[in-house]
Amino acid sequence: MADHGPARGIRRWLYATNHKDIGTMYLVFSLIMFFVGGTMALVIRSELMSPGLQFVHPEFFNQMTTMHALIMVFGAVMPAFVGLANWMIPMMIGAPDMALPRMNNWSFWILPVAFSILMSTLLMPGGAPASGWTMYPPLVLQTGDAFPFLIFSIHLMGLSSIMGAINIIVTILNMRAPDMWLLKMPMFVWTWLITAYLLIAVMPVLAGAVTMLLTDQFFGTSFFLAAGGGDPVMFQHIFWFFGHPEVYIMILPAFGVVSEIIPTFSRKPLFGHDAMVYAASCIAFLSFIVWAHHMFTVGMPLSGQLFFMFATMLIAIPTGVKIFNWVGTMWRGAMTFETPMLFSLAFVFLFTIGGFSGVMLAMVPADIQYHDSYFVVAHFHYVLVPGSVFAIFAAVYYWLPKWTGHMYNETAGKLHFWASAIFVNLTFFPMHFLGLAGMPRRIPDYSTQFADFNAMATIGAIGFGVSQLIFLYVLLTAKKGAEATDRVWEAPRGLEWTVPSPAPYHTFETPPKARIATEAFE
Amino acid sequence: MDTETTQLSNRSLTVRLVLFATGMFAFGFLVLPPLYDVFCEITGFGGRTNTTAALAEESPDLSRTVRIEFVTTVNNFAPWQFEPAVDSMTVHPGQMYYAAFNATNLSAEDRTGQAVPSISPVSATEHFRKIECFCFSSQEFAANEQRALPLQFIVDPNLPEYVDTITLSYTYFESKHVTRR
Repeated sequence: MADHGPARGIRRWLYATNHKDIGTMYLVFSLIMFFVGGTMALVIRSELMSPGLQFVHPEFFNQMTTMHALIMVFGAVMPAFVGLANWMIPMMIGAPDMALPRMNNWSFWILPVAFSILMSTLLMPGGAPASGWTMYPPLVLQTGDAFPFLIFSIHLMGLSSIMGAINIIVTILNMRAPDMWLLKMPMFVWTWLITAYLLIAVMPVLAGAVTMLLTDQFFGTSFFLAAGGGDPVMFQHIFWFFGHPEVYIMILPAFGVVSEIIPTFSRKPLFGHDAMVYAASCIAFLSFIVWAHHMFTVGMPLSGQLFFMFATMLIAIPTGVKIFNWVGTMWRGAMTFETPMLFSLAFVFLFTIGGFSGVMLAMVPADIQYHDSYFVVAHFHYVLVPGSVFAIFAAVYYWLPKWTGHMYNETAGKLHFWASAIFVNLTFFPMHFLGLAGMPRRIPDYSTQFADFNAMATIGAIGFGVSQLIFLYVLLTAKKGAEATDRVWEAPRGLEWTVPSPAPYHTFETPPKARIATEAFE
Repeated sequence: MDTETTQLSNRSLTVRLVLFATGMFAFGFLVLPPLYDVFCEITGFGGRTNTTAALAEESPDLSRTVRIEFVTTVNNFAPWQFEPAVDSMTVHPGQMYYAAFNATNLSAEDRTGQAVPSISPVSATEHFRKIECFCFSSQEFAANEQRALPLQFIVDPNLPEYVDTITLSYTYFESKHVTRR
């Protein structure tokens, strides 16, 4: 293969087939979406700063909650992890590139199209979708002109995810360095392999569900219309059959990231690597048989409630194995606290809080009270923001010197961490109390006893939003720091640290001897 | 592996994964809805109740009483008034009863409406038998017409012991929305 660099100008990006270029595009795209979705969150929080209606109409408020969720889930968190996978997986398994580079190009470039369609609904008569990201009928069928655009943008996002997932599976299974056995693979690669299978299994089911909404609206079917013999509850079943694995799609790669970072800064190998692999597989399997815990209040028979309650609580066991193993990795390690490690530690601690409120929500008698309250909002933001998003931050800080060849600004990184960690708790912790006190989610106005906690949450949200500008600053100045060594950190493990920093445009054109290369570190 | 074998095995794995994804779409779109219907039909989950006349066989169990509650809703603020003549009645399992619902067309034009029933709790769905019900077909109303709609039912004596209340809910739809599959 001739040693050629990237094409010049816009063609480098439009026609990109290089996994590093595509990874960069994914990450930049997700950063933009993170700020767009974050702005919407600030609209929501500003309105909720005090009781009464002050800034926006209730209809627009509902559009904001819906769009914030869709953008953060499909536009920020998922593409960020796919971007990390693109950048790192070939370098971690000793492959020259992704297995299907042209499909890789497609799976990225579909995304901006999908989100342009979704964002354009804000300007349409009737406004953007306002039914919540769960799109329950019959409410979602009352969406204005935006309805078919919502459906098609979901189709496109699904298509992009499925193609990305296929690419990742083929890369991992077929392109590993000859002596890298499956159980020798780094945890990030493992968790992504499992995530990719989840994606292929459930994204098509979501596509099916939204297609049924489309035909109900325009082609006279009655999948979800009681008048025609259909059942709106069936949508909830199908949606959450997708939706629950989806939450693990957003957290398993985060587990992988943290499992890479904690050993590096504890200067010890990951404790119980194989147990972690089995735990992640277990979580993936269980995610398919717990969906109805999202809908305990639809009038389910007792036997169904018991099954879904116990199956849900069972997930705490493999998750506990993971938490235990991270703590075990740190035990008696020579720990240092660089920014990636700080974000990873916060991840372990704060994700566990989200896990605990998840176990509370799993209990049917308690859930009937918590259902659709701010307690649910607190729970899923704890697992998604200091969970997935912190893991993404950690990953970016961890691998940034490998990408740019320069150390980022550590002081700014630490400031970003502490500001984020404090404000994220100020934002979401009071929501637990709001929920327990009975404040429902998805409302623009509330009764006055909820005022104090809401004001705290809004101050936290503004602080969290502003803190992200520090992250932007770190990224914009990423090339200004001292030159990074090839290994970057003192004790990292893995093939990606055997290539120069910045990583050359093409790496591992001939497969490395993976075990010799990594064992030299130990 | 040399490049050619890698590309071949990439291709075959890709094809298998695409087939898997397509299969999952078909599962979600084509298999799940009928499966859900069959499941609900068999178990009575989802409040499905008979939509054609059930057979009448009277064998009253006078030792037991069950409370029947009626709930009515008009879908989408359509111009109908639709209410039960009595909110609830106390019945003996195995005995035939009559109930009436009053419907009024509030608009100045002819309308056709149809009620869609649902039963709660789930364990009662297969034991609440409608012998004759206005919900089996649609009703035509002249402008501003008011009329009583009849229901004839029998509660199966095999109703589980622990069920002492059955709620029968009707949602009234504009008939043009109602299609029987």
